[in-house]
Amino acid sequence: MTDLALPPHHVVRQEVSRDEWIMRTATMAVGVLLIFALVLPLYAMLSKSVEDKAGQFIGLANYIAYFKTPALAQSVVNSFFVSIVSTVITVVLAFGYAFALTRSAMPFKELFKVIALFPLLAPSLLPGISLVYLFGNQGLIKGVLMGNTIYGPIGIIIGEVFFCFPHAFLIILTAMSLADARLYEAAEALRASRLRIFFTVTLPGAKYGLISAFFVVFTLVITDFGVPKVIGGQYNVLATDIYKQVIGQQNFQMGSVVSVILLLPAIIAFAADRIIQRRQVALLSARAVPYEAKPSLGRDSAMLAFCVVVAVMILGMLGMAAFASYVTFWPYNLKPSWKNYDFDAKDGIGWAAYWNSLIMSAWTAVIGTIIVFVGAYLVEKTRGFRLCRTLIQMLAMLPMAVPGLVLGLSYIFFFNNPANPFNFLYQTMAILVICTIAHFYTVAHLTAVTALKQMDAEFESVSASLKVPPWKTFWRVTAPVCLPAILDISIYLFVNAMTTVSAVVFIYYVNTTLASIQVLNMDDAGDVAPAAAMAMMIVYTSAAVRVLHWLATRGLSRRTQAWRRR
Amino acid sequence: MNAKTVMWRLSGLMAGAAALVMAGAAYAPPAAAQKTKVVVYTAIEADDLKKYKERFEKDVPDVDIQWVRDSTGVIEAKLLAEKNNPQADVIWGLAATSLLRMSGEGMLQPYAPKGIEGISAQFRDSANPPAWVGMDVWAATICYNTVERDKKKLPAITSWQDLTKPEFKGAITMPHPASSGTGYLMVSSWLQLMGEDAGWKFMDALHNNVGVYVHSGSKPCRQAGAGEYPVGISFEFRASRTKRDGAPIDIVFPKEGLGWDMEATAVMKGTKNLAAAQKVADWAASANANTMYAEGYAVTARSGVAKQLPHLPAPADFEKLLAKNDFLWAANNRQRILAEWNKRYNAKAEKS
Repeated sequence: MTDLALPPHHVVRQEVSRDEWIMRTATMAVGVLLIFALVLPLYAMLSKSVEDKAGQFIGLANYIAYFKTPALAQSVVNSFFVSIVSTVITVVLAFGYAFALTRSAMPFKELFKVIALFPLLAPSLLPGISLVYLFGNQGLIKGVLMGNTIYGPIGIIIGEVFFCFPHAFLIILTAMSLADARLYEAAEALRASRLRIFFTVTLPGAKYGLISAFFVVFTLVITDFGVPKVIGGQYNVLATDIYKQVIGQQNFQMGSVVSVILLLPAIIAFAADRIIQRRQVALLSARAVPYEAKPSLGRDSAMLAFCVVVAVMILGMLGMAAFASYVTFWPYNLKPSWKNYDFDAKDGIGWAAYWNSLIMSAWTAVIGTIIVFVGAYLVEKTRGFRLCRTLIQMLAMLPMAVPGLVLGLSYIFFFNNPANPFNFLYQTMAILVICTIAHFYTVAHLTAVTALKQMDAEFESVSASLKVPPWKTFWRVTAPVCLPAILDISIYLFVNAMTTVSAVVFIYYVNTTLASIQVLNMDDAGDVAPAAAMAMMIVYTSAAVRVLHWLATRGLSRRTQAWRRR
Repeated sequence: MNAKTVMWRLSGLMAGAAALVMAGAAYAPPAAAQKTKVVVYTAIEADDLKKYKERFEKDVPDVDIQWVRDSTGVIEAKLLAEKNNPQADVIWGLAATSLLRMSGEGMLQPYAPKGIEGISAQFRDSANPPAWVGMDVWAATICYNTVERDKKKLPAITSWQDLTKPEFKGAITMPHPASSGTGYLMVSSWLQLMGEDAGWKFMDALHNNVGVYVHSGSKPCRQAGAGEYPVGISFEFRASRTKRDGAPIDIVFPKEGLGWDMEATAVMKGTKNLAAAQKVADWAASANANTMYAEGYAVTARSGVAKQLPHLPAPADFEKLLAKNDFLWAANNRQRILAEWNKRYNAKAEKS
């Protein structure tokens, strides 16, 4: 404001208008919000790991104690083992699947694409439960394991592959959809063999997608808690160690030590992925011709067979949980019944947990979308003020590297501190909403930024010169144009809020128990079938919301996106 | 509907939502103001939480119970971790061995609930006023799946020693004694029944047959019921419920005697809601409460309310099955026993 009031000096400075100042203040507000929701809790967690129980600074003593406990240190090895094996299997399968969808002329591609995304609708506890029914001691097809037990690394790996498949598939599919047909034509003209084309054209084209998928899946597996919790048996991994230390023994210091150890590989994988993605930029030139596969009976039927196998496995996992949830008493009375859906008879708050999940997810979707989109808008469209904007951009990427369990634990330390003025949030629904928004901030933010980047900066300049305040432009132009992205963000936040377990398991309170946590608790009490039933309620809800979203997008885009068509 | 109307409607929705959040954050609903909220830490079975709260609030409408429930070991660890800044007002339904330890740490506020005379001396702290008052007894019980027994031709079980037979390799589950109160009462009773050396030797042999140690005392019976592991060492309440639910199980009471513990109630020292916490303690010791406990447990602190429970022996007979149990010994040696147990068997424990 002072800039306006002062007479012009000899130094020429760009005037910062009142509108600009409002934009800057808003930008700062978003930055402060992110600092409170991310940086300060993580700092609280880090400092806890170098303190003793009385809160005295003791340096790395906790870490040394950790590595001296053989059972705990073994978890590091176990975690890396299952993560690497699951990642390799997932990426190979996802690559085959994406190859079939982009490089063959097999039928039903759209259907296969939808099926591949099904695991996104379920909490990661669901594959664990299904595996018990499929391969447990009373499992339907336990013979497949040839006497090996499903409770342990085998179960964890199968479960993680199911859970991570859609993530890897989406990344690789995106990378492979950008194929230049001219390369294939040239290769064929040079009489290169099929195999040679695969290794010299297809694979290099998908290279960055594959590497990116590798890192993303690795991070997902090493930080996932749901699968090993249910099916891990006596096989300890880092994620379940945190839970055991914190919930089982209330040893918060050791819990934070394991958190930091878990944070390291996640951050390294994340950084590697970022660097690689940056390189991918100019792979496809403007003159590229989209590739269309020509029919080839042998390849197409092989690819179809492969996709059918994968799709059947995905549907089998979901189907098994659904089936188990309708059975009266597994495995002795297979008559269908609704008994397992009578949650009120099973656990303290019963169906209330399901409604809690709906409420929490709705709040996360509404508030999260507003914060994320306005935040991305301010970062993209505010002029000058570079430091604050860069800071927000960096903070927005941070949640991607922070495992949910670690974030949840950080929230205990930060919000349960009686000295914290935000202490009143502890044990409320609000803290679950804040934590979930923070946990899933990155992807939502990137979606918003991508949509905003498509808009010409001229809109802002023109409206500024017409003396239209920026919020009017935002409201009348930017938001309507980006409506599809806004809907995408809200649905992404909603579905993830429904399915997440890791981030909220430390900060729920009896009255705010969520459906996904109920699944965990019922499984712990041995009520596996009701746990399957609650997991299926989550799947049905996420699926219904997805369908609604699809209908709404179609309807809305016809109205608001008419300008895209000629 | 054009783009503008769509945006306006959406904005209305969002503004409404935001206003609601702020309103919600600004005040708690006024109706709650008349009720005193008490935070109650408990390890009672999750499927009973609702019933306990409803029955209590029917008799004491001005107190609103806020449960914090987990298994015994977790609740005990939580209470100890919060020792300097207690969050609980009252404990209702935690193992007496855990409460003894808390009493030793000076964390409990001694209080003689109304009608304490009706509760026999062996079911309450011997001090006057008592630091804790018992509710009911729960005891180690074996759930044995009959379908799997016949299919795999497994031997009959009549004693704890039978569980060490080689035929049972990988067929048994039991709760982890660190997280589950039921698990600890088993371990402590075996050591008391057999003596320390023989007790550990028994557990070494048992360990060879255990498929997995689980988080809760209920899960072994549920797993036995589903045939996932044919033999589950659990407790009688869960055994009765599991059989009622249609599981093909025999409920076995080993002849050496059953390990047992008592669920009990105590008021936390330093509670800000002392009057309301004492109301909870009063009701928990009342005849109405004991009648309610008797719906699930054969032996209750107040005599004369006991009921015949499905698939369990008559209450008087059940009491005779209980092994001799020195609570004080079990409480004082808990840390040492758990450390030794962890050293010997931890590698096979399911994550707690």
